[in-house]
Amino acid sequence: MKWGVLVFPGTNRDYDAYDVFARILGHDTRYIWHRERDLDGLDAIMLPGGFSYGDYLRCGAIARFSPVMEELIRFANSGRTVFGVCNGFQVLTESGLLPGTLLRNRSLRFINEDWPLRVERTDTRFTHLCSEGQVMTVPIAHNEGNYFLGGDDLKRLEDRNGVLFRYCSPQGEVNDASNPNGSVNNIAGVINEAGNVLGMMPHPENRTDPLIGGTDGLVLFESMVAELSQA
Amino acid sequence: MVVIVEVMPKEGILDPQGVAVRNALHQLQYAEVQQVKVGKRIILELDTNDPVAAKSRAEEMAETLLANENVETFRVILPEEVSA
Repeated sequence: MKWGVLVFPGTNRDYDAYDVFARILGHDTRYIWHRERDLDGLDAIMLPGGFSYGDYLRCGAIARFSPVMEELIRFANSGRTVFGVCNGFQVLTESGLLPGTLLRNRSLRFINEDWPLRVERTDTRFTHLCSEGQVMTVPIAHNEGNYFLGGDDLKRLEDRNGVLFRYCSPQGEVNDASNPNGSVNNIAGVINEAGNVLGMMPHPENRTDPLIGGTDGLVLFESMVAELSQA
Repeated sequence: MVVIVEVMPKEGILDPQGVAVRNALHQLQYAEVQQVKVGKRIILELDTNDPVAAKSRAEEMAETLLANENVETFRVILPEEVSA
């Protein structure tokens, strides 16, 4: 299968993503510069972390109007896999592919720590190899990771089981003490209604190699691969 | 001509910047400060002299890019309306 890694000016986790697809999984992988419009032949696209356009105006707000985004939205609407991490998640919310907004952390501090996440669903292309209620610990590294969605919209998201990951304690408890940044309902990652677009603040791509801290995040990528090779 | 787009955090949305500034002011003994809101002002210079057209274009820009109405409100004003 063929992966694409989207690169905006200011993206800085692109090689982390590339490394997982190309070296760890051994798949055909290419970078997509934000001015490109040709996404033909790709099975899945990852939007990595970083500071696209210096986070000017709002995180992801300017990247959302990059030339490639029109094609990315078409790609997503065709049902193919789109996976945004950190700044990539912010771009996906700004573009309307996912609901919500990432506000500044309630502590006003940049947080760079390993944090446990509880997997809320195992019936998605991103998590079908996870076990029910699995807790995975992966790094978070963000200043604007405070997920916000208001009243009715939040209820709609929860009612359709759109939350895929929540920040939790190492034992899997979801409460205020296990909430690093103030996200509503401890939300760390959400999936769209069709189930092919995932955005999350934590970095599973940085827990895919035992040499650098463990492999808790690998199961996401293995799930995507397994799903795509069946299709 | 110049139009101003003022973007503020929506009522009821956590404004951690405002809270931090309020806390700092309290520390400086400005005990009367009840609440602080921090927003931004975007100044646009447009190549038109029609204030109605300028405002309507700026509103469109705010809806499209300058503000995120999920968490922010905005208003478009002319420089002479600033005190309003």
